[in-house]
Amino acid sequence: MSAVIGHEHDHDHDHAHGHEYHPGGLMRWVKTTNHKDIGTMYLWFSFVMFLTGGFMAMVIRAELFKPGMQIVNPEVFNQMTTLHGLIMVFGAIMPAFVGFANWLIPMQIGAPDMAFPRMNNWSFWLLPPAALLLIISLFVPGGAPGVGWTLYAPLTVQQGMGMDLTIFAVHILGMSSIMGSINIVTTILNLRAPGMTLMKMPLFVWTWLITAYLLIAVMPVFAGAVTMTLTDRHFGTHFFNAAGGGDPVLYQHIFWFFGHPEVYIIAIPAFGVVSQVIPAFSRKPLFGYTSMVYAVASIAILSFLVWAHHMYTTGLPVTAQLYYMYATMLIAVPTGVKVFNWVATMWKGSLTFETPMLFSLGFLFLFTIGGFSGLVLSIVPVDIQLQDTYYVVAHFHYVMVAGALFSAFAGIYFWLPKWTGHMYDETLGKVHFWLSFIFFNMIFFVQHFLGLAGMPRRVPDYAPQFTDFNMISSIGAFGFGLSQLLFLYVVIKTIRSHEPAPQKPWEGADSLEWTHLPTPAPYHSFVTPPTVK
Amino acid sequence: MSKKDENRGILVKMLVVTVVMFGFGYALVPLYKKICEVTGVNEVERANALPLNTQVDSTRVVTLELDANVRSDLPWKFRPLQSSVKVHPGQLVQVMYEVRNASDRPITGQAIPSYGPQVAGQFFRKQECFCFAKQTFAPGEVRQMPVVFVIDAGLPKDVTTITLSYTFFNVEGAAPTAAKPADGKAG
Ligand SMILES: [Cu+2]
Repeated sequence: MSAVIGHEHDHDHDHAHGHEYHPGGLMRWVKTTNHKDIGTMYLWFSFVMFLTGGFMAMVIRAELFKPGMQIVNPEVFNQMTTLHGLIMVFGAIMPAFVGFANWLIPMQIGAPDMAFPRMNNWSFWLLPPAALLLIISLFVPGGAPGVGWTLYAPLTVQQGMGMDLTIFAVHILGMSSIMGSINIVTTILNLRAPGMTLMKMPLFVWTWLITAYLLIAVMPVFAGAVTMTLTDRHFGTHFFNAAGGGDPVLYQHIFWFFGHPEVYIIAIPAFGVVSQVIPAFSRKPLFGYTSMVYAVASIAILSFLVWAHHMYTTGLPVTAQLYYMYATMLIAVPTGVKVFNWVATMWKGSLTFETPMLFSLGFLFLFTIGGFSGLVLSIVPVDIQLQDTYYVVAHFHYVMVAGALFSAFAGIYFWLPKWTGHMYDETLGKVHFWLSFIFFNMIFFVQHFLGLAGMPRRVPDYAPQFTDFNMISSIGAFGFGLSQLLFLYVVIKTIRSHEPAPQKPWEGADSLEWTHLPTPAPYHSFVTPPTVK
Repeated sequence: MSKKDENRGILVKMLVVTVVMFGFGYALVPLYKKICEVTGVNEVERANALPLNTQVDSTRVVTLELDANVRSDLPWKFRPLQSSVKVHPGQLVQVMYEVRNASDRPITGQAIPSYGPQVAGQFFRKQECFCFAKQTFAPGEVRQMPVVFVIDAGLPKDVTTITLSYTFFNVEGAAPTAAKPADGKAG
């Protein structure tokens, strides 16, 4: 056992006591530089955004319940699809995994805190203003931009001032991500405990190291793209404005140079969480650790080389289409390695199926389906047919929701005892999983059929022959939305519970936060670094 | 070196990467232009080479529909003098468009072509077009302008109708936006 200095500090009640210098009440959270506090704030922020973006999804599905126009007009519908995408990607999923990073990276590598605690505080507190800008944009003249989360020119050049608010929000979110990433890279490279070599780091830490590099590389490019949009709108530049010799297709290239790696920025930390959970419940070490690290790294590198697979219908030369098609298919190889390793980890393991494991298996099963539909879409002639249909919507929700979100749920159930000191309600957790799993497939599986039959995305009305599948999808969506309130209940119940959780509730868990730290994790951990053999 | 200095070192390196990547986003602009130029994608403001095979394929008739638009902030009237023409692939054809500046000030515009179906664009060999240059119109001026072109005989057989569409953009000062900011900076 290493020396664990620092007193027990109860998180859930705001006792600001002891020698620690930090104010109580609200100011404690505003001024905190503690990685656990900041991790908690990231996770709660992301949950609030998840409900906000989820509400917008409910509006979309309610409108699509029947053909014809019922609830919102087309402008509002477009604003809903746009904000739903932006909020879920930048407000819900990304901050959720940054929350995990804050909580876990220092504990898993034996560091006392993040490398730049004050910058860490800033990274978080930039998020609420950015989210507010997005919400405010709904209420300015002209409303929020109705251009889709990809913010394509030339539509963005023609929108009202809601577009400017969105651009500023993206700038702020970008700054937050970059600061957070620099913090993560520095922490991992510099603050590892003695003996914690890179190849001994838990896979979650590895995935975040790679993700942070990706973020530092592509977030500035996206910031550049929206800055160009801003100057096109107000300062007479013509980057994307055809009138002055600009080209809207150029925007798509710049955007997707960011946008494809962004997909992996979301997916790779999810791989990390699952790579912690599956071995713990298989009671076996992760199969092929080294190949996992190399697979993640090669996915990250390949992600820079495939962006135009989102642009097959923009008039790319055939040679370019073929290159992007084969390069995209190549990503299936390292992804296949990962799926193989997860399955091999379970092979002959003593499996148990607690909630974190259920969500991880849900992830494994559904993410693989999403990967396969991605492979289908990588084929040029097929994609030209399916571009901008519900097939694409189904595909990326299998990756984003069943991939990233399910893995985030797995992670929360997995680490909740360590964070709160209490055990969650296993039965309710399992109910949450099964409701989410069933309703998720109800929403999105049928959307494959809608897309194959030609239903276009981002349109508030549709031809009557699509009605049945849309009704199924909408009912699934309402069910999925309600199920997440159950999740909120489970989390609150855990926090309020009085049953203490053991230091290591999961038999097979083996990273430092389980083996070296008590439950709940003390406010200050590893002030003296542990020695890792 | 202390941990603090090492941390700072990584911070500085990462900030440099951030700035470089921001610049890279901007570097994609000239890079994209260059690639389009070298590969011949996206040339709308230059005359094309005549097709090597100039034989007129009189067995095929392609209907060319002419379309004309102006962006809302440009007070011009813009129309083709004929709404459609029937042409043989390989035949040299001239069509006329007319622009009238309905405002009381001189204005400069630029026409950008587009084709439907998109694939027809690469078989559309323009020899002369008002879209090759910016066009300035005096107050109230009316002018008729030609487009001279050959449709390459290599045009896929299933394309029987081509829509040639021009949009005139106002190219003076700031880019048009739907919501005009009240400040004068953008002029
Ligand atoms: Cu992609």
